[in-house]
Amino acid sequence: MRIFVLVKEVSDTYGDRKLDLVTGLADRGAGEVVLDEITERALEVALSHADAHPGTEVVALSMAPESATASIRRALAIGAGSAVHVVDGQLRGADLGVTAAVLAAAVRRGGPDLVITGNLSTDGSGGVLPAMLAEHLGFALASAMSSVTIGETEVAGSRVTDFGSQRVTVPLPAVVSITEALPDARFPNFKGIMAAKKKPLEVLSLADLGVDVDPAGVPQSILTAVSEKPPRAAGVKITDEGDAAGQLVEFLAQNRLV
Amino acid sequence: MAYPVNPILVLVDVTPAGAAAPSTAGLIGAAALLGSPVAVVAAPAGTAQAAVDAAAAAGAQVVLTADVDGGPVTVPVVDALQAAFRAVQPDAVLVSNSIAGRDVAGRLAVRERLALSVDAVGVSRDDQGVVAHHSVFGGAFLTDSAPTFGVPVITVRQGAIDARADAADARVEPLEVTASGAPAATGEPVEAVEATSSRPELRGAKVVVSGGRGLGSKESFALVEDLADVLGGAVGASRAAVDAGFIPYAHQVGQTGVSVSPQLYVAVGISGAIQHRAGMQTAKTIVAINKDPDSPIFDVADFGIVGDLFTVVPQLIEQLRARKA
Ligand SMILES: Cc1cc2nc3c(=O)[nH]c(=O)nc-3n(C[C@H](O)[C@H](O)[C@H](O)COP(=O)(O)OP(=O)(O)OC[C@H]3O[C@@H](n4cnc5c(N)ncnc54)[C@H](O)[C@@H]3O)c2cc1C
Ligand SMILES: Nc1ncnc2c1ncn2[C@@H]1O[C@H](COP(=O)(O)O)[C@@H](O)[C@H]1O
Repeated sequence: MRIFVLVKEVSDTYGDRKLDLVTGLADRGAGEVVLDEITERALEVALSHADAHPGTEVVALSMAPESATASIRRALAIGAGSAVHVVDGQLRGADLGVTAAVLAAAVRRGGPDLVITGNLSTDGSGGVLPAMLAEHLGFALASAMSSVTIGETEVAGSRVTDFGSQRVTVPLPAVVSITEALPDARFPNFKGIMAAKKKPLEVLSLADLGVDVDPAGVPQSILTAVSEKPPRAAGVKITDEGDAAGQLVEFLAQNRLV
Repeated sequence: MAYPVNPILVLVDVTPAGAAAPSTAGLIGAAALLGSPVAVVAAPAGTAQAAVDAAAAAGAQVVLTADVDGGPVTVPVVDALQAAFRAVQPDAVLVSNSIAGRDVAGRLAVRERLALSVDAVGVSRDDQGVVAHHSVFGGAFLTDSAPTFGVPVITVRQGAIDARADAADARVEPLEVTASGAPAATGEPVEAVEATSSRPELRGAKVVVSGGRGLGSKESFALVEDLADVLGGAVGASRAAVDAGFIPYAHQVGQTGVSVSPQLYVAVGISGAIQHRAGMQTAKTIVAINKDPDSPIFDVADFGIVGDLFTVVPQLIEQLRARKA
């Protein structure tokens, strides 16, 4: 079986995340970048299946600027067998529609049985890409999966819904998005890091994929304004000496919160 | 039949019991800011009269109903919304930024080649058309988005819209839907993860009391629930509290959980990691109780108490109860 895992580099949420106030794009220079934790978990789902099923091929796919090579190598170091990196100057500031069309073209080219993604990116928080991909590819979709069992012809597991949980089965080929209830990825060890240097990392452009992102052709969502809010300031801080609860009640009453 | 001018299509999320999800009034309220709300209720035949009534009561001018097959996940609802889109030719499509809503919105945008804007906290119109307003990176930045051309599909953050529409004398009309037959997952009935409670819904709550790892155990987490009850608030949690099994994931506040903007947010035994703050720092007033004076939660708290929660919270509950009595 061939599994594509969609991995994404994001600004490290532990650092300061900034938007460029002129372009409205994430300012990747402002802090550290990391492989999004949820996409590492998606990779772990594929790798643990591969551990138990020799012959499983795991390919990491990302659409990201050229600077993201180290993050993609990390996916290889964790254990993906190969990687595909879609890079193209025209993709700067790509909206969800363009991103979905491009990733779908890269998936189609690889012809996997299964595509595993995170349910939500920590930067865009769109949570729509898996569904958009499924629609482009004509694959079935199982979204927000909190447990996943991969079979020969279908994937089964438990899905988070807005009102509880649900058992679902989805026929292959499928797109499966996973939640952070699934385990963290294994840590890349020294052997993995060395091996990653030799694993195939294919770099593709829009021309290689035959995708045209002409803004006159398909409507896109664009940023029309961006502004920064002043950070919150700290207020009073007291140390409890037996009367803190009383002081808090007073504060709440004065502010008409009780 | 004709549709009202400037129709705005709204997809109503329907609960397994056939009711309209709590997001409905806000979605229709947002639609009314832009034009005439036309709601779509797609559910298995004969199950969702309550949702139809709720959409009408919330101010939809037309409610389009579609009987859908309950087995396949999402696809029948997309088929219904697509049929409505083609019939109504709206100025915008508003969908809840819920798990179900996101899947439908993404698929509709691809099918109809529409620009998609996600997680809006507000909508408006300018001379070029419909604009979505967003609060990103935990409210540190505000952005606007709009389509380069055509009609936008917008997912709207649950609980973020205060606007409400007046109830209209809604026309209820069945939709004609052709099934796309697109491959789909098959789902079993949804099982509730927890018993329904009388507490307010986390999203949109005026008061939220959240507990973290500092509570130490599931049993002790009851302190957070008691405090929430005496304040009439909803219960939230940090990811560490959810991971430790103190409370189900639906209560997680933060970047990968729910974003809340209540009047009052009380953080109990929560360090205030940046990912947690991303989901609550737009609250009007923040109160923190933590025994570590260096916890980052104090950087955003209007009123911080450095102290042991097991001492302070019981006293707090007692004094608030006494005040109410
Ligand atoms: C990609 C990503 C996404 C994430 N998303 C989220 C998210 O959505 N929401 C979220 O919350 N986190 C999220 N996290 C995790 C986040 O980084 C923190 O690990 C988490 O918020 C910590 O939870 P906590 O504050 O309860 O635990 P801790 O950081 O362990 O803090 C516990 C606090 O309790 C205090 N305490 C202990 N005992 C007492 C006592 N008796 N009295 C008073 N105080 C006491 C301690 O001083 C400490 O400050 C995410 C992380 C990543 C990497
Ligand atoms: N540029 C990208 N490259 C690779 N995968 C992506 C990209 N954008 C989104 N994804 C995948 O889609 C998931 C959901 O993304 P989103 O819809 O942006 O919240 C992520 O967790 C990734 O697995």
